[in-house]
Amino acid sequence: MLRLRNVKCFYGRIQAISGVSLSVRQGEIIALIGANGAGKSTLLQTISGLLSTWEGEIEFGKSSLAGLKPPEIVQRGISLVPEGRMLFPPMSVLDNLKLGAYLRYRGRERNQVEKDLEEIQDLFPVLRERSRQAAGTLSGGEQQMLAMGRALMARPKLLLLDEPSMGLAPFMVQLIVETLQKLKESGMTLLLVEQNARAALQIADRGYVLENGRIVLDGPAQELLADEEVKRAYLGKDYREFTDGRM
Amino acid sequence: MYKRLVFIAVIVLTGQVVSNPYDLQLLTFIGINTLLALGLNMVMGYAGQISLGHAAFFGLGAYTSSLLTIHLDWSPWLALPFTLVFVGIVAFLVALPMLRLSGYYLGMGTLAFGMIVFFIFLQWRSLTGGDSGLIGIPPLTLGPISFEFGAAPFYLVWGIVFLSFIVCERLIDSRIGRALRSLHDSERASAAVGINTSRLKVQVFVFGGVLAALAGFLYAHMVTFISPQTFDFLMSVKIVTMVVIGGMASVWGSLFGAALLTLLPEWLHVFAEYEMIIYGLILVVIMIFLPQGLTRGLLDIYEHFKSRRKTLPKSHEG
Ligand SMILES: Nc1ncnc2c1ncn2[C@@H]1O[C@H](COP(=O)(O)OP(=O)(O)OP(=O)(O)O)[C@@H](O)[C@H]1O
Ligand SMILES: [Mg+2]
Repeated sequence: MLRLRNVKCFYGRIQAISGVSLSVRQGEIIALIGANGAGKSTLLQTISGLLSTWEGEIEFGKSSLAGLKPPEIVQRGISLVPEGRMLFPPMSVLDNLKLGAYLRYRGRERNQVEKDLEEIQDLFPVLRERSRQAAGTLSGGEQQMLAMGRALMARPKLLLLDEPSMGLAPFMVQLIVETLQKLKESGMTLLLVEQNARAALQIADRGYVLENGRIVLDGPAQELLADEEVKRAYLGKDYREFTDGRM
Repeated sequence: MYKRLVFIAVIVLTGQVVSNPYDLQLLTFIGINTLLALGLNMVMGYAGQISLGHAAFFGLGAYTSSLLTIHLDWSPWLALPFTLVFVGIVAFLVALPMLRLSGYYLGMGTLAFGMIVFFIFLQWRSLTGGDSGLIGIPPLTLGPISFEFGAAPFYLVWGIVFLSFIVCERLIDSRIGRALRSLHDSERASAAVGINTSRLKVQVFVFGGVLAALAGFLYAHMVTFISPQTFDFLMSVKIVTMVVIGGMASVWGSLFGAALLTLLPEWLHVFAEYEMIIYGLILVVIMIFLPQGLTRGLLDIYEHFKSRRKTLPKSHEG
C-alpha cells in the first residue's frame, strides 16, 4: 500500500533521514520505533507532505507522492495524527472534528460526513460530552482522542500516528491501544510511531527500528520484541520499569 | 434570523427618525467604515493575516470608479462591476507574493503596498489630479432617486452593510469559516487536515479587498470628491483599529469599532487641541480593560451582571 525506497530528508543542509526503505501492506499495523531525534516524526511529515525537501521514492497505491502538497495527500487517503496533537485550541471539539473532514464537505458526501461525525463520537464518547467545549480545555488524553478523531474524519485508508501515547497515564494508553486495534479490525492500515516500544510492538504486525535516520532492524513484531538488541536499547530493564508504569 | 430582523428594524427606524443631513451623513460614513472593517476582519480577525494596507483597496475602488465615470462617461452602475473585478485582480496579484510572508513581514509588506498606492494617487497627476484630487464625480441615481443627499444614501449603504453581514456570517458558519479560523491558530495544522492554506489566504484577501473597493465606490459617488489623503496610511491604521477595538473575529465588532472610530472624533471636537490626546486615551483604556474588543467585553459585562442577578435571593424579584 505504502512503499518508501531510499528516502532521504533534509532540513536545509541538515540531513535527518539518510536512505530509508520500508513498506506497509493493506490492513497491517506497522510500528516504527526509535530514540529521540532518530527521525521518526520527520519521516511521517515527509509522507504526509508537510516536509517537501526529500529525495527518493514514496509510492502510495500505485502512484508516487512526489511533489504533492498535504491537501492532495489527505485527498488520496493518508491522514496524520501529528506529534503534540496540533489541535485548534480555541475552536470547539465539534469544529475540530469537522475540520478533519474539510475536503469531504462538497457535494453528496456531506450527509456521509454527518454520519461519520456520529460514528467518531461513538468511538470516543468523551468527545460527544465535550462537543461544544474548546479543544484547548480538554485533558491530554481527551486531546489525543480528538486528534485521532479529527484524522479519522477524513476517512483515510492509511493513518499515520506520531507518538499517540506521549504523556498519557497507563489507563489512557491502554484505551488508545484498544482503539487502534479496533481500527485495524475495521480494515484500517496504521503506521504507528512510538517511543513506547513495548506498547507499539504488542499490537503491531511488523516493526522497523530507526536510528540516526537509518533503519537498523526490521521484522515481525514478535521477533523484535524478543530481539536482544531491541531489548537492550528500547525494552531494557530500566526502560521497562519506566514503561511498565505507562502500560 | 431574529437578530437580522432587529438589525433591519433599527436601520429603517434610524432612517425615519434622523432628519438632520449632517447626522445622516455621519451615519452613512459609519456604514462605509463598517464595510472596510468587515473586510479586514475576515482577513485579520478570522484568518489571522495582518494587513496594514487596507485603505489602498478603499482608494483603488474610489479612484477606479471615479475615473471611469468622469473620463469615460460611464454610468456608475456600469463602473461598479468593472471596479470590483479590477480591484479584485489587483488584490489577487498583491496577495500571491505577499501572503507567503507572515507576522511582521506581512505587516511590512502590506504597509509598503498601501504606501505605493497612496503615492500613485498623489503623483500620477495627469490621471488622479494629484494633491487636489478628483472633483465632479457623478452621484449615484436610480430613476428619480439621487443617492447624494438625505436618507437615500443612508439606506443604500446600510442595505449593503446588511447584505455583507449576511454573506460574512454564512461564510463564517461554513467549512470555509472553520478553515479560516484554523488558519489563524496554526497554518501547519490546517495543512495537515487538508486545507490548501495558501489558496485560502489569497481568497480571503481578495474578498476583503473587493469589499473595501465597494466601500470606495460608495464613498466616491456620495461625496463626489476624492483626494489621496482619505486613503493614506493613517486610514489603514484606522481600519485596523476599528477591527481590534470592535473585536477580532466578530462581525458585529466591525460595526461597533467602525461606529466608535467614526463618532469619537466628532464628539471630541469640543476639546479642540486636546482632541487627539483624549482620542488616544479612550482607545488605550478600551484596549486595557476590554482586551477582546468592545463586543466581547460588553457581552462579558452583561453576562456578569446577569449571573449576579440570578444569584440574588428570590424575594428581590417581581
Ligand atoms: N525543523 C527542523 N529543522 C532542523 N532540524 C530538524 C527540524 N526538525 C527536526 N530536526 C532534526 O531532525 C532530526 C530528527 O528529528 P525528528 O523530530 O524526526 O525525531 P523523532 O524521532 O521524531 O524524535 P522524538 O522521539 O523526540 O519526537 C533531529 O536531529 C532534529 O534535530
Ligand atoms: Mg517525533
